[in-house]
Amino acid sequence: MTPPTPPAVRLHDAVASRGGRPVLRGVDLTVRPGEVVALLGANGSGKSTTVKAVTGAVPLERGGLELFGTPLARFRAWHRIGYVPQRTTAASGVPATVREVVATGRLPLHRLLPLRRADRAAVDRALAAVGMLDRARDGVGDLSGGQQQRVLIARALAGAPDLLIMDEPMAGVDAASQQVLADTLRAEVARGAAVLLVLHELGPLEPLIDRAVVLRDGCVAHDGPPVPNTGLHALPGHDHVHPHADHGHDHERIRGLLS
Amino acid sequence: MTEMLSYDFMQRALLAAVLVGVTAPAVGIYLVQRRQALMGDGMGHVAMTGVGLGFIFQTSPVWTAVLVCVVGAVTMELVRSRGNQRGDIALAMLFYGGMACGKLLVSKSAQAGAGSLESYLWGSILTVSPADLATIAALGAVVIAVTLGLRRQLFAICQDEDFAKVTGVPVRLLNLLLAVMAAVTVTVAMRVVGLLLVSALMVVPVAAAQQLTRSFAATQAGAIAVGVIVALAGVTGSYQLDVPSGPAIVLLAIAVFALFSAIAAPLARRRHRGTPEAGPQVCDVRLPDPQQSGDTAPERTAPLAPGRADALSPAPGAGLAQ
Repeated sequence: MTPPTPPAVRLHDAVASRGGRPVLRGVDLTVRPGEVVALLGANGSGKSTTVKAVTGAVPLERGGLELFGTPLARFRAWHRIGYVPQRTTAASGVPATVREVVATGRLPLHRLLPLRRADRAAVDRALAAVGMLDRARDGVGDLSGGQQQRVLIARALAGAPDLLIMDEPMAGVDAASQQVLADTLRAEVARGAAVLLVLHELGPLEPLIDRAVVLRDGCVAHDGPPVPNTGLHALPGHDHVHPHADHGHDHERIRGLLS
Repeated sequence: MTEMLSYDFMQRALLAAVLVGVTAPAVGIYLVQRRQALMGDGMGHVAMTGVGLGFIFQTSPVWTAVLVCVVGAVTMELVRSRGNQRGDIALAMLFYGGMACGKLLVSKSAQAGAGSLESYLWGSILTVSPADLATIAALGAVVIAVTLGLRRQLFAICQDEDFAKVTGVPVRLLNLLLAVMAAVTVTVAMRVVGLLLVSALMVVPVAAAQQLTRSFAATQAGAIAVGVIVALAGVTGSYQLDVPSGPAIVLLAIAVFALFSAIAAPLARRRHRGTPEAGPQVCDVRLPDPQQSGDTAPERTAPLAPGRADALSPAPGAGLAQ
């Protein structure tokens, strides 16, 4: 008998603040292998902070975080995590080719050692997965926004991660790139990877999502199957929709949503 | 020319120029990548305090400048990594304080008034002593080893620090290492280009090279090549025309930048011509005439080019420019 596989992410009662302002007030979040979890919520609800807490970039004031069953303080297997930060561009002050950017995704397997031939093959595979292999020698600055986002996803895939974390991967992405993203997610889940997505709305990824966690004011307001049409109602002005609403002003809208 | 090479001081100056030509762009590229192009400028100001201390204690200003500059660079890096909103004010204090303190210390030293600070501000090939050259060579070797040897790691932290943190790469350590390397480079370059222009040699060769390159590796190699050439040419010109070496080097670097900018567009066009274009040669999609009703519009456009059906309904991948 093998022991049960620990969850890829287990965030428990997380409390964190940024700039002295409390942002997370006790968030629980679990992502199991082979599961796609969408983190939803209005602007300022704590989505991005939750993800940053999961990657260790935002320290927790209370609560705990385990990655693959290991507490954060003792976690060293960063190569098991592929991270796509929230960005509008992959370009920086100096030109860089698509391959150079994606190759940085192999660094966790090497730390301070130089890269080898096996890395080149892995970078090729990651670029092929997002349909950008033929642009490998082009400068990232010359690509469209959606293509740059695909490069950043390839960078996260280059290390063949067991947990893929994406912060708003659909922001400013054209239909073709959205399709690539959906196909990539499907392939990664089939491989057994866990996926944590921050989304502003479920949108076209909805059929892929196993579970939606909705945050509001730094608290989990919903954790369960994705609510149909959350996308529409997650737009500005409809920010407060979730099934477990306990505030009077939400009830009518919820009833309308569920009917 | 050969007569110039027979002088010991010119041999030292040319050697120092090569070292500076390599190290300044090798470090500077990371600062430019992180859009901190003027950081070297600030360090040059801080280094003046180090030079002043060297004057006061009558030791080699190179070593005191290295010490003060490293302290300044580490402070700047800590301010930057904290993301402090008042960070720019803190840096301003450091820069101006460093400059004022340097001048004050020099004026109180035994060598005051001899115009000796001048040679550190603008660079002076005549003053590179054998001991200075040994120091410059040792420090330069360390800078080259770090900036070229850890290229991928430094590239990663400067390209996307948020991502680099999640790769388990020691981001904080590498940031500090980069800051220290930049500080050391400032002092290495101090005798050749001068503290006020040291930042130019870190930035301008990079800016020039990236007019013509698409990859980071090629930009770094190109910037180093430009750096070495302008440093050697500048020192030579300085000897021949009896002008300070720093301004000569920097003006040459800017001339190279202007030249590369001018040939960048034609070169890119030529490079483009070699690759086949995926899109149509001209826009041949006829939009339906708004005057006509929906029924008649297709008839009107039917006899157009045979490729019309393709043009009206592009394949799903057509927008990807593959």
